[in-house]
Amino acid sequence: MRHHLILRVITKLLVGMIMLFALYVQFHGDYSPGGGFQAGVIMAVAFILYGLVFSVGQVQQVFPPWLVHKLVALGVLIYAGTGVYSMLTGYAFLDYGALSPDHPEHGQHWGILLVEAGVGITVTAVMVSIHYAFVGRTPMISDEEW
Amino acid sequence: MATEGVQHVALSLTDHLPVLVVLIPFLAAPLVVLIGRNRLAWPLAFIAAIGSFVVSAQLLMQVGDGDVLSYHLGGWAPPLGIEYRVDAANAFVLLIISAIATVLLPYTRASIRAELPERHIALFYALFLLAFSGLLGVAVTGDAFNLFVFLEISSLSTYVLIALGAYKDKRALTTAFNYLVMGTIGATFYVIGIGFLYMATGTLNMADLAERIADAQGNRTIHAGFAFVVVGIGLKVAIYPLHLWLPNAYTYAPSAVSAFLAATATKVAVYVLMRFMFSVFQPGYTYEAAILHLIILPLAILGMFAGSFIAIFQNDFKKMLAYSSIAQIGYMLLGIGLLSETGLTAAIIHLFNHAITKATLFMVVGAYVLRSGGSFYANLEGMGRIMPWTSAAAVVGGLSLIGVPGTAGFISKWILVQAALESGAWWIALLVVASSLLAVIYVWRGVEVVFLKPPQDDVDRREAPLTMIVPIWIMAAACVYFGLATDVTLSAAQAAAEGLFAGPLPLTVEH
Repeated sequence: MRHHLILRVITKLLVGMIMLFALYVQFHGDYSPGGGFQAGVIMAVAFILYGLVFSVGQVQQVFPPWLVHKLVALGVLIYAGTGVYSMLTGYAFLDYGALSPDHPEHGQHWGILLVEAGVGITVTAVMVSIHYAFVGRTPMISDEEW
Repeated sequence: MATEGVQHVALSLTDHLPVLVVLIPFLAAPLVVLIGRNRLAWPLAFIAAIGSFVVSAQLLMQVGDGDVLSYHLGGWAPPLGIEYRVDAANAFVLLIISAIATVLLPYTRASIRAELPERHIALFYALFLLAFSGLLGVAVTGDAFNLFVFLEISSLSTYVLIALGAYKDKRALTTAFNYLVMGTIGATFYVIGIGFLYMATGTLNMADLAERIADAQGNRTIHAGFAFVVVGIGLKVAIYPLHLWLPNAYTYAPSAVSAFLAATATKVAVYVLMRFMFSVFQPGYTYEAAILHLIILPLAILGMFAGSFIAIFQNDFKKMLAYSSIAQIGYMLLGIGLLSETGLTAAIIHLFNHAITKATLFMVVGAYVLRSGGSFYANLEGMGRIMPWTSAAAVVGGLSLIGVPGTAGFISKWILVQAALESGAWWIALLVVASSLLAVIYVWRGVEVVFLKPPQDDVDRREAPLTMIVPIWIMAAACVYFGLATDVTLSAAQAAAEGLFAGPLPLTVEH
């Protein structure tokens, strides 16, 4: 009773590669086009594809909704936290020079990396949670509720 | 490397104040979600609001004597980097928003618990904080595009906050969607306008924009940009014919949300309008002077009368207040449209006075809703006998709405009339008084229902809890206090108007 054999096999193969590509786009963001937004969407695609081919239930076992919600907030906190760190060390908010005071250029690299990590996490989580909201919506409104 | 030799001067806490005012609630919002406990959500939100309030009070004191604070985000100097720029005008707006949020938050505890399901309480506070920090960001930023970003942060969270009213009344959903469409059109128009301005000037920094616009007189692209910005922000302000989203949004949102939005959201939009009309585009800009007299002034007067007139015929207390808000926005626009410093002072002081007045009244309705289950006049009959404290505050708020001497509302109308007489338009002064008479009618209808009818049988016969009465009375007392001791607000509003009218100080280029 198991249908769509080809889809299932190909999906299992692809999911890992999609994630790897997402990480590539994420970490290559400061040298080439890419970064947190793109990487986050690609990462989310891996989960969404898995959910579409297998089932919502199965993808939610891997990536439970409560975790998705926490990650949305965590990414924002990483971004803002980077800024708060630079404030605490006496620099302007989000001045990445603070991360490496002797070599401000290195600091810029570190800063972008951290901030983009935050963006990536939040975008992944937001895309997945939008997907969950659509596929997991409750059935039609019952008559009493009107 | 060249950069290695540059000595960095450490910034102190005081230097960070302009960014801290936004950052505190903005950090608290994801923290509330991450912790996810309903018990901790409220204290966190309250601490964040107090933090913002203290910081904005500090800011207002620092800029009181005409100073301008500039903060460079990420250490990038403007006009390339994003600049937060605090002068007397936006420090005043920051103080209004954070004060309202601080007083309102204790009130939300009982109100939200009654109107929302348990599982949404922590998320409500996260959204509230996001909307709050978005509004603060709009006020504090000196970058036209950054303003759009904050406008979207506050708007998107506001749409959801309004939709939360669906647990009481399903119409909140269509209302939120309606607002979403209108609000997005407004934001889009704003961005199109900014796009035009950027095309013509090549900058997004407001102070820099102002300088270049002054140099480029008669540029068509800039004219078009100005028109788009005014219409876009006009939608957010709810200028009379663009007001359609407002009445339902205020009516069907949860009571605490209505109070917060009525007191802050449109006020911030009015501030943006003033900022663009007087700072970015100087009032001497001939094209603008023509448009202000021909368009803003008639629309303001139309709004004053239409809003008040429609408010008279409502049968829902919240909706009556919402239409009255449209009329009150008319007064602010009138002050702007008079194009004088006194007029602008009147608009700014009405910004403050109307914020506290409407906050009082919407909080009172929230208390009624808690006990009687609805805000229709039919639900509220005789509540004055059941809830004397709450209803007494309603009377104070109502008097301030009319503009009775001794209340905050009187001060703003007095200055508005002065401004009208100063510019020789005595008929405008008469119209202000005439529309106040309409306010007497709709406030009286409310009072009649609440005090002179016998109470219904099926209502909860208890006074509102203390956590609601105290915030309500703080606001009501503020309505009276600022109606008697006017020097604080008046001097702040005058400093703000002077600052706006003088145009922005030129960019300070450091290093």
